[in-house]
Amino acid sequence: MTISTGSTGSSSTAGTSSTAGTRRRYHLGSTEIVYLALIGILLVAGVLVAVQGGNLFAQQNISYMLTQTSLLGFVAVGQTLVVLCRSLDLSVGYVVALCSLIGATTMAGDPSRVWLGVVAALAVAAAVGLVNGLLISALRVNAFIATLGTGLIVKGFLDTRFKGPEGEVPLAFQTFGYTRIGPVPVSTIVMLLVAAAAFVLLTRTRAGYHMFAVGGNLDVARLSGVRTGRALVLAHVLCSLCAGVAGLLIAARFGTGNALVYSYGLDLDSIAAVVLGGTLLFGGRGSVVGTVGGVVILAVLDTAFNVLDVNPFFKDVLRGVIIIAAVALYARRQIDPASRRVRFGARGSVPRGSDAA
Amino acid sequence: MTLTADTSPGTARGTARRWRERLLSGGSWTVLALLVVVLAVIVVINPSFAEPVSLMAFAKKAAPLVVLAVGQYFVIVSGEFDLSVGSLVGAQVVIAARLIDGEEALTWPVLGLMLAFGLLVGLVNGLVTTLLRVPSFIATLGMMLVLFGAIRLWTGGAPTGALSEGFRVLGRKGFPDVPGQFQVPYALLVALVVVGLAVLVMRRPFGRSLVAAGDNDVAATYSGASVWWLRTRAFLLSSFLATVAAVLIGGYAGVTAQVGQGLEFMAITAVVLGGVALGGGRGTVVAAMVGALALEALFTLFNQLALPSTIRPAVQGVIIIVAVAYAARRRRT
Repeated sequence: MTISTGSTGSSSTAGTSSTAGTRRRYHLGSTEIVYLALIGILLVAGVLVAVQGGNLFAQQNISYMLTQTSLLGFVAVGQTLVVLCRSLDLSVGYVVALCSLIGATTMAGDPSRVWLGVVAALAVAAAVGLVNGLLISALRVNAFIATLGTGLIVKGFLDTRFKGPEGEVPLAFQTFGYTRIGPVPVSTIVMLLVAAAAFVLLTRTRAGYHMFAVGGNLDVARLSGVRTGRALVLAHVLCSLCAGVAGLLIAARFGTGNALVYSYGLDLDSIAAVVLGGTLLFGGRGSVVGTVGGVVILAVLDTAFNVLDVNPFFKDVLRGVIIIAAVALYARRQIDPASRRVRFGARGSVPRGSDAA
Repeated sequence: MTLTADTSPGTARGTARRWRERLLSGGSWTVLALLVVVLAVIVVINPSFAEPVSLMAFAKKAAPLVVLAVGQYFVIVSGEFDLSVGSLVGAQVVIAARLIDGEEALTWPVLGLMLAFGLLVGLVNGLVTTLLRVPSFIATLGMMLVLFGAIRLWTGGAPTGALSEGFRVLGRKGFPDVPGQFQVPYALLVALVVVGLAVLVMRRPFGRSLVAAGDNDVAATYSGASVWWLRTRAFLLSSFLATVAAVLIGGYAGVTAQVGQGLEFMAITAVVLGGVALGGGRGTVVAAMVGALALEALFTLFNQLALPSTIRPAVQGVIIIVAVAYAARRRRT
C-alpha cells in the first residue's frame, strides 16, 4: 500500500499521516473511474432511449454494441502497449486496411487457404510493426513522424495497387465476423482474449514490466539494464499484429478486403479510447482493462446515437464533447500515484514518507 | 541552433564550405538541405521554375502552410499538440462563405467574427488543456470532431454561399495587380509578416518562457512563469494563425467540402521536419517555416514529375522518415 510521498512526511504527526493513508486506500484509480463513467453513460443513454420508447439493452442493440467493441478493441489494445512505451502508432488504420486486403486476396475464396491468408496478413502486419519499432528505437525517428510516414507509405501502396474491394473470404472464415454465442459475437470474445493476453503480458511478464519502465523514463530504464529498443520494437510489433487481426475481422465481415477502411479514423479513435481508458499519453502508466472500458464507452455512445437516430454530424459534435469531458473527469487524478502500477509489490514498496506512518 | 545567415568575414570558398558542412550536419539544418535539394531537382526538371513569376506562384501556394506551421510551432514548442487547426481552417472558410454569401459589404464584419471565433476556439483548447488537464492531443482531437460535425450540421452537409471578391484578395491577388505579369502575392507578404513577428515574439520574454515551459514545465513554474497562461496563449496564437491561413486558403482555392482536411498533420509534419522536438523545448520558428516550404516544394516536385496521385503519399512518407532520421542520427552522435 502506497502512502503519499512524503514532502511533508517526516515533519507531520503520525495522526495526520494515518488519515492520509486511509484516504488513499479508498482513492479511486483511473480504471475504476473509467468503469464508473461507463456505467453513468449506460444509465443516461438507457434512460434517453427508454424515453423514446426503445430499449438500449435489447438483444440486437447489445449485439451491435459488442460488434462495435471488437473492431476498435483490437486496435486499441495494441495501441495501449505502444502508448505505455511513450510512443504512438498512427499507422494502425492503414495496417487494418492492408491486412483486410492481404487476407482476402490470399484466401481467394478457397476454404483450404484460410490459414494461409491469416498467416500472410499477420506476417505483413508484424513486418510493418517491426519497421515502425526499428525506425523509432534504432534510427531515433520521432514516433509521430515514423508511424505517420509508414502509414503514408502503406496508403500509397494501397491506393496504387487496389482500386476497390478485392479478394474473397470463404464462408468458413466469414463465421469469425458473424457467429454469435447468445448476444455475444465471437469476434468480441476473441478481442477479450487478446486483451487478457495483453493484460498478462503487462502485469506478469518481464517484457511487460520493461514496457512500463521504458514509458516511465527511457534513460532510467536503459541505465537499469532494460533493453529499451527491444521493448519498443515488441510493443510496435504487437500493436501492428492487433491491427492485423482487426483487418482480418473486417475482411470476415465484408467478405472482401477493402482499402477504404483507412478512412474510418481508427488511428485517432484508438488513441482516444486508450486515453479514455486512463492510460497516460506520456507513457508509463495505464492498463489494458481501462482501455477496454474506453472502447466500450465509445461503442455505447455509437449504439445510443444509432438507436436515438442522432444526426450523423451532431454525433461527431457529441463524441468530441464527451471524449473531452470524460478525460477531464479524471485527468487531474492521473498525477496521483494511485493510478500507477505498483512496481515493487505490496511489501516491497516502502516510500520515503513511511517513517512517519 | 539558428538558421540566420552567418555574416562573419571569410573567403567565398570558406563560406561555401561552412554552408556545406552545416547543411550536412543534421539537426534543423537538414530541412534546409532538403529544401535546397528539392528546389534544385525541380529547377533541373523544369528550368522555368526559377523564373520570378513561378517562384511567386510557389510562394503564394506555400504561404498558408507556412502560417499554419508557425502557429503549430508555438503550441509544439510549449510541449503540446494542436490537432484542431485543419478543422478550424475548414470551419472558418465555410463560415465566411455562408455569412458573406457574395455580399461585398459584409467582408469586414465577417472577418471580425471569424477572428473572434478563432480566438474562442483557441481559448477553449488552451483552457481545457491547461486548467482541466486534458492532454492536448485529446482536447484538440475532440475540438476537431466538434468543429467538423458542427459545421456540417450547420450547413446541412455541403458548404453553401460564396466568398466576396474583397475576401479573396489576400489569398489570390498580388502587387502590382496586372494579370500575367510579375507580382508579389499578398499571401507572401502576410506569411513574411507572420514569420517576422513570430521571430520577434520568440525573442521576447514570452517566447523564451514558452520554450522553457515546453522543456520543463516544473522548472518554468518554479522560475515564476505562469505555465498555464503561456500555453493558453500558444493555443490562441495557433488558432489565430489558423484563421489567417483560412483567409488565405479560402481566397486561393475557394470553398469546398474538403477544405482544411489533413492540414493539421501537414502542419505538424512541417514543424517536426524543421527539427522542432515534439514534446517541446527545442527548435526555432524559422526552421518550422523552412519545414513548411520543404513540404510544399515536395508537392510541387510531385506535380513536376507528374507522379500518379496514388503514389504520392508513399514517396512523401519515405522522404519525411529519411529526413527526420538523418536529422536525429547526426544530433545524437
